[in-house]
Amino acid sequence: MKIIQEIGAYVWLMFQAFKRPDKGKVFRRQLMMDFQDLGTNSIGIVAVISLFTGAIIAIQMAYNIDSPLIPLKTIGFSTRQMMIVEFSPTIISLILAGKVGSSIASEIGTMRVTEQIDALKVMGINPANYLILPKITASMIYNPVLIVFSIVLGIFGGWLAMLVTGLSSSVVYIEGVRSWYDPFTITYAMIKTLVFAFIIASVSGYKGFYVKGGSVEVGRASTQAVVYSSILIIVFDLILTQMLLT
Amino acid sequence: MIEVKNISKSFADQQVLKDISFVFEKGKTNLIIGQSGSGKTVLMKCCIGLLDVDKGEINFGKTCFSCFSEKEKRKIQKEMGVLFQGGALFDSFTVEDNVMFPLNMFTKMSLEEKRERVNTVLKRVNLLNANKKFPAEISGGMIKRVAIARAISLRPNYLFCDEPNSGLDPKTAELIDELISDLTEEFQMTTVINTHDMNSVIQIGQKIAFLHKGELWWEGDKNVILKTDNEELNEFVFSTELTRRINRN
Ligand SMILES: Nc1ncnc2c1ncn2[C@@H]1O[C@H](COP(=O)(O)OP(=O)(O)O)[C@@H](O)[C@H]1O
Ligand SMILES: [Mg+2]
Repeated sequence: MKIIQEIGAYVWLMFQAFKRPDKGKVFRRQLMMDFQDLGTNSIGIVAVISLFTGAIIAIQMAYNIDSPLIPLKTIGFSTRQMMIVEFSPTIISLILAGKVGSSIASEIGTMRVTEQIDALKVMGINPANYLILPKITASMIYNPVLIVFSIVLGIFGGWLAMLVTGLSSSVVYIEGVRSWYDPFTITYAMIKTLVFAFIIASVSGYKGFYVKGGSVEVGRASTQAVVYSSILIIVFDLILTQMLLT
Repeated sequence: MIEVKNISKSFADQQVLKDISFVFEKGKTNLIIGQSGSGKTVLMKCCIGLLDVDKGEINFGKTCFSCFSEKEKRKIQKEMGVLFQGGALFDSFTVEDNVMFPLNMFTKMSLEEKRERVNTVLKRVNLLNANKKFPAEISGGMIKRVAIARAISLRPNYLFCDEPNSGLDPKTAELIDELISDLTEEFQMTTVINTHDMNSVIQIGQKIAFLHKGELWWEGDKNVILKTDNEELNEFVFSTELTRRINRN
């Protein structure tokens, strides 16, 4: 019963959010601020994690190839494939759910408990539209950029690892990265990224928007935002994979 | 003028407002007083359209505000200035941007004109040299001033203040009261103020509604409030040692 109510409230909020902004200029200004908060500020963590993961995948592949029948270029191929289909879109999105989701929920939640949302409303502004739409838009534009960046860095990390450890030569690794390329994997990764970006921003916005109480509740809402969006990301990963890859 | 007509409001099984009728007059500071929990904030939130009434009507002039849909309400909301209890300044904006916000949203003024208006209202509330500060960097009294400046930046016809001097020292509280009262007269606004501060009541209570447990228990003004024989009102008025002592003398 409660879950149906929640879904209803969430859908209603999204309808409110997806209206034409009152002032384009104000919307663009919010969007720029959110690009900074939600996107640019995440570049560091995405870079570090992707670089290391790419390196780790490549090293693990190299050690697991002990049969002379398996060509060494499998290392490059597997690293690329893992980054594109699963690691970058899903795991990086989960990390962003933690970072960006909690920041959205606590920002909007604080605005709720300090009556800033009420203030917007009595000024005659649609607060869901003013606060949540720019965040969803920013995430859906910026996350794909972060994911592509993550894929590239991961592949680069693998190459660097090969160079340092000498487990494979640079030429063979690069040949592997370029082998058996199927452009659809990128499409698949982008579709997942967009869906996950929407989940992160909208669920966290929803959790913050309906906070009641004080700072304790804001904290709780921001934790819930991370938990809910993470679970939804995994569930939708399964659903989308079934739909797109079969 | 705002006319509240027979309004009732409940949350779940708790009736918070019971059949309240009152008129808030133009050019006057109208006070809603009463103990904490008596329903002052709920009444104000009904008047500004943040809560819907269960029964009754709220009229702004001749327009039935409470009959409107959310979208129609916005037109009247644009004529309102609201001062929330904690100020409700946007904390990611500077003082200047906070005051400019309604101008950005609802006017086609040039940046120059907006700057000028912002400086005029900030000067009007005696707040100079704080334009570039953030809400977290200024004192409680200053926050209230900025919030007042933001509320009047569009020259509203209606001004609502929820406990405008709560959390302030007596001197600053008095200054804020005076400011609101002066602005009311200057712009001929219909001003509605929630308070439980007897100082404000005596100072600016041009028209007073006393709420007790959700009912309109008494109405009058600052000249008669000290001389009534209404038991609950007297209990409220003389609830502090200071007022009791003064009353004895
Ligand atoms: N949104 C709400 N949901 C449920 N009860 C509420 C809500 N807002 C206020 N109340 C209840 O209404 C009563 C009056 O509250 P309020 O108007 O805030 O009092 P005050 O006179 O101190 O401003 C309180 O008992 C409060 O618990
Ligand atoms: Mg109150």
